[in-house]
Amino acid sequence: MDPRVLEAMLPYFTQKFGNAASRNHPFGWVAEEAVDYAREQVAKIIGATEKEIIFTSGATESNNLALKGVFEMYQQKGNHIITLVTEHKCVLDSAHHIEKMGGKVTFLNVKADGLVDLQELENAMTDKTILVSIMYANNEIGVIQPVKEIAAIAHKHGALFHTDATQAVGKIPVDVIADGIDLLSFTGHKLYGPKGCGALYVRRKNPRVKVTAQIDGGGHERGMRSGTLNVPGIVGFGKACEVAMQDMAEDAKRLSALRDKLEKAVTEMEETYVNGNTEHRLPHVANISFKYVEGEGLMMAMKDLAVSSGSACTSASLEPSYVLKSLGLNDDLAHSSIRFGLGRFTTEEEIDYAIEVTKKAVTHLRELSPLWEMFKEGIDLDSIEWAEH
Amino acid sequence: MSYSDKVIDHYSHPRNVGTLDKSKNSVGTGLVGAPECGDVMRLQIEVDENHMITDAKFKTFGCGSAIASSSLATEWLKGKSIDEALKIDNMDIVEELSLPPVKIHCSVLAEDAIKSAINDYRVKNGMEPIALEKSHH
Ligand SMILES: Cc1ncc(COP(=O)(O)O)c(C=O)c1O
Repeated sequence: MDPRVLEAMLPYFTQKFGNAASRNHPFGWVAEEAVDYAREQVAKIIGATEKEIIFTSGATESNNLALKGVFEMYQQKGNHIITLVTEHKCVLDSAHHIEKMGGKVTFLNVKADGLVDLQELENAMTDKTILVSIMYANNEIGVIQPVKEIAAIAHKHGALFHTDATQAVGKIPVDVIADGIDLLSFTGHKLYGPKGCGALYVRRKNPRVKVTAQIDGGGHERGMRSGTLNVPGIVGFGKACEVAMQDMAEDAKRLSALRDKLEKAVTEMEETYVNGNTEHRLPHVANISFKYVEGEGLMMAMKDLAVSSGSACTSASLEPSYVLKSLGLNDDLAHSSIRFGLGRFTTEEEIDYAIEVTKKAVTHLRELSPLWEMFKEGIDLDSIEWAEH
Repeated sequence: MSYSDKVIDHYSHPRNVGTLDKSKNSVGTGLVGAPECGDVMRLQIEVDENHMITDAKFKTFGCGSAIASSSLATEWLKGKSIDEALKIDNMDIVEELSLPPVKIHCSVLAEDAIKSAINDYRVKNGMEPIALEKSHH
């Protein structure tokens, strides 16, 4: 979390707010005013107005509310929803839930670079389609979808467009008007705000969009999401949005340069590949496959780096990342992938260190790898009959 | 995931990494797992005329626990007869390395690799292969 965010939140954990001595300072405001102020900050970063923001517990809840809430509200009109196979689990599982409620869902595949095929989207639209839900940017590979074009296709067929912009807001400019977005989910902790606080944007004009509440009760958030508001969290989320608006351009420039440096250095190694489209991509993400090295084993050498693996070597799930597999990567290449995530506080020294650690670990683990040895001997791994696992 | 000190030690300083000449009759090779599953272990033993294991080598593609399990196995194999080696149980590896439940399959794979290497040696030298239990996973 950004220290500026923490500082803004702290007074709201105590009972001292409302202190008249600091009337002209947010710290002194009562809870309600503080929430109103945060709502403006949160609306502003996506080009929305305050009344279009519903505070939630995070992007998971926002996505649930968007998909299920639209389905319930508009099911007289149609029962068909279109989404992508590379969406976050909370979108995919909400879509599966809708199928159980009698909805029809099309899960579109992506192209090898992770982008949606607009022609396939067009072909999937029917007169029963009420919602297209496609993420702004992917969390594993950072690929940015052509949201404007997607919105245009949805609208042409009379459907609404929802986007999970959790990874995009605060990292790249997002504007609900220019992009033609009807509903948008995001969350505080991905932009250096607190965890457990997010929002759903619901358009109020051209058209006025409605969702059926998924949490019933006292009618907070204009009836769309009941429950007493998490005031410190909301204040922090608002501050995080304000800081992001100031720092975004500078952060993006700096981080993409560092990311490119890292990527260039490590891909100098043999059999190392970047996953996903590199032109339409978030500035701070790199997803790289180091062939013949298993990702979790590699991560162990990188414990002090912000990395995650496309491999999950646990008995509960031997399945590697479904996002990488949907790009057409073989399971073994997906198992060999690492996601590097840079942040506002990443320094050049840390990147130099990451390059050194990565190269050393990959070299070490390839010396240990029977697959690397076979590759070097020119043995085709596909010709081997591997034991059933 | 937090790893035990012993797993970290084997991962950082793996014992007996390497390759034995698999064409030799005195060498038994076990290759288990599959790249799609994220684990491949190759374990080799060199056996003398008294059926004693004089050398053992491994290479593993896998997570830290898989690397540690196979590294530990090579240490344990050296100096044992092939019959004694058959008694190495995956749960011994689990205990020695303090593997968490989600990593037990790494130890199972190491046990499979040991048995598979011994069988390769036995068959090469005119002995019946020992019956392998169906894999536990
Ligand atoms: C793309 C995307 N959507 C949704 C979520 C879920 O957000 P939250 O943890 O705030 O519920 C995440 C990750 O946190 C994400 O990366």
